[in-house]
Amino acid sequence: MRAQDIHSYLYYRHTLPVRVMHWINVVALTILMMSGLQIFNAHPALYWAKSSYSGKPPLLQITSRNDDVAGPIGVTRVFGYEFNSTGVLGLREHNGRLQSLAFPGWITIPGYYSLAEARSWHFFFAWVFVLNGITYLLYSIYSRHLTRDLLPTRPELKTISVSIKDHLLLRHPTGDASRRYNVLQKLAYVAVIFILLPLVILMGWAMSPWLDSILPGWVDLFGGRQAARTIHFIVAWLLVAFVLIHVFEVIVSGLWNHMRSMITGQYRVKEQAR
Amino acid sequence: MKRMDRREALRALGGAGALLLAGCDRLSDTTWFPKVLEAGERVSRGVHHLITSRRSMAQEFTEADLSPEFRSNGTSLPDNAQYKAMARAGFVDWRLRVDGLVHNPQAFSLDRLRAMKMRTQITRHDCVEGWSAIGKWTGVPLSEVLAIVQPRERARFVVFHCADPKSDDGTDFYYESIDMEDAYHPQTILAYGLNGQALPIKNGAPLRLRVERQLGYKHAKYLLRLELVESFAQVAGGKGGYWEDNGYQWYAGI
Repeated sequence: MRAQDIHSYLYYRHTLPVRVMHWINVVALTILMMSGLQIFNAHPALYWAKSSYSGKPPLLQITSRNDDVAGPIGVTRVFGYEFNSTGVLGLREHNGRLQSLAFPGWITIPGYYSLAEARSWHFFFAWVFVLNGITYLLYSIYSRHLTRDLLPTRPELKTISVSIKDHLLLRHPTGDASRRYNVLQKLAYVAVIFILLPLVILMGWAMSPWLDSILPGWVDLFGGRQAARTIHFIVAWLLVAFVLIHVFEVIVSGLWNHMRSMITGQYRVKEQAR
Repeated sequence: MKRMDRREALRALGGAGALLLAGCDRLSDTTWFPKVLEAGERVSRGVHHLITSRRSMAQEFTEADLSPEFRSNGTSLPDNAQYKAMARAGFVDWRLRVDGLVHNPQAFSLDRLRAMKMRTQITRHDCVEGWSAIGKWTGVPLSEVLAIVQPRERARFVVFHCADPKSDDGTDFYYESIDMEDAYHPQTILAYGLNGQALPIKNGAPLRLRVERQLGYKHAKYLLRLELVESFAQVAGGKGGYWEDNGYQWYAGI
C-alpha cells in the first residue's frame, strides 16, 4: 500500500462539464437506442430506396411465420437469406404465450409494445442528446479540450501500428503517457463525435417529412428516406459496438480508476515500475 | 478511500441501471412523466417551424418512383352501412359538408369538387410505423374549398370527420385536424384520384386528405365533413385526432 502511494499520484483528468455531459450522453443514448428498437418493432424491415414499396425486397426483415414442420417460428431475413431466430428475434415465449415482435421487451423502451410511447421517449431524449452534443462541441472548442486532448498529432498518427499491437496485447500506458488519450482512443472518439453522431442525427432528420421540405430532395443524397432509415439503424448499432469496446477498454485498463475519474475527475497515474 | 469510491460508483451504476430497466415503464404510468416527454413534441414543432418557411414544399417525385401497389393501412373498408350503400351507388349521393366557423357552409358533391381547380402531385407517404410508399394524387386544393366557405376570423383548425368507425359497435369515427397554415399549403389537397384512377376504397374513396409534410395518420380517409373550429378540445377525445386520442403526437411532421 505504501509503496504504491509513493509511485502514484492523482491527476485531474476530466473537467466537470465533460463529466456531466458524458453521463447525460450515457442516459440519452441508452434511452434512444432502446426506444428506437421499439419504434423499429412497428415495421421491422429495412430498405435501400426512397420508399418501402419500390418492388425491391427489404435488406433486413425480422418477422415470424408459420413453418410447415416447426410451426410458428421467428425469422430474420438478411439480403434474402432466411435464418431461424426463434427465441431471440421475431418470436419468443413471453409469460407463457408466443409473442411475435422483432425485438424483445427487455431491450426496448417501453418494455411492452407501444409505438406512441416509444416515439415520445425517443424525441424527448433526441433533443436532450442534440442539445448536450451542441453544448459539448462549443465547450470543447472554447476550452481547447478538442485540440489539446482529442485531435491526434502527426507524430501520434505514425504510432498507430504500435498502438494497435498494444491494444491487442492489452498493454496500457503508465506514467505520464497514461494522462493522455492514446492515438486509437483519439481516433475512435473523433470518429464518433464527428462522423457517427452527426450522421445518426442527420438520418433521423431525413425521416421527418417536415424537415425533408427544407430543401426538397436532400434526402436522396443518402439514397432516399428508407435508405436513411437503414443508415440510422446501422449507425445506432455501430454506436453500440463503440460502447462495448469503450467499456471493455475501461474494464481492462482499470475500471475503478476510470469510473472515479469520470465521476470526481481524479485519475490515479501509476509510475512505471523501476 | 478506494472502497468508498467503489461503493459510490456501484450505487451510481445500480441507480442508472434500475432507472432504465424497471423505472421507464413505471414512469410511463405516472400522469406527470408523459407530460414531460410531450415537451419533445413541442420543441420539434417549434424548431421545425423556425427553420422552414410556411410554404416549404414536400419533395415531389417522378412516375418512375411510383410504388407498384399503394399500400392500404388502417381501415380498408369502413364498417358502415351508409358508407357501403353510397359506395355501391358510385358515391353519387355522397356529399362533403363544410361547416363550423365559416360564413358560407356548403355541401360539395364529388362532381363539383372534380370541376374545381385541380392539382396532381407525386409524393411520398410516410407512415408513423416507418414504411413509405410513393403515389400520384389528384385532387382539389383545400384552399379552393376554403375560399368558397370563407372561414371566420376565429377559425384556427380544420377538423376532418370520416366515415370509418374505429370501434366494433360502429362508433368512434376516425377524425383528424390540421392548423390553418397546413390548410392553406399548396400541397394540401382533398384527393379523389390515385395513380390516374378514381381513389380506391382501400385508400379512402371517395375523398381523402393529403397533407404532405406530415405522417400518414394525418391524411384522413373516407371524408364526410370538414369542420372549422377554434379549438378541438370539444371534439371526440379532445386531442385533435383518433390516434392523438390514443397517445400519438398531434404534430406529425416527425
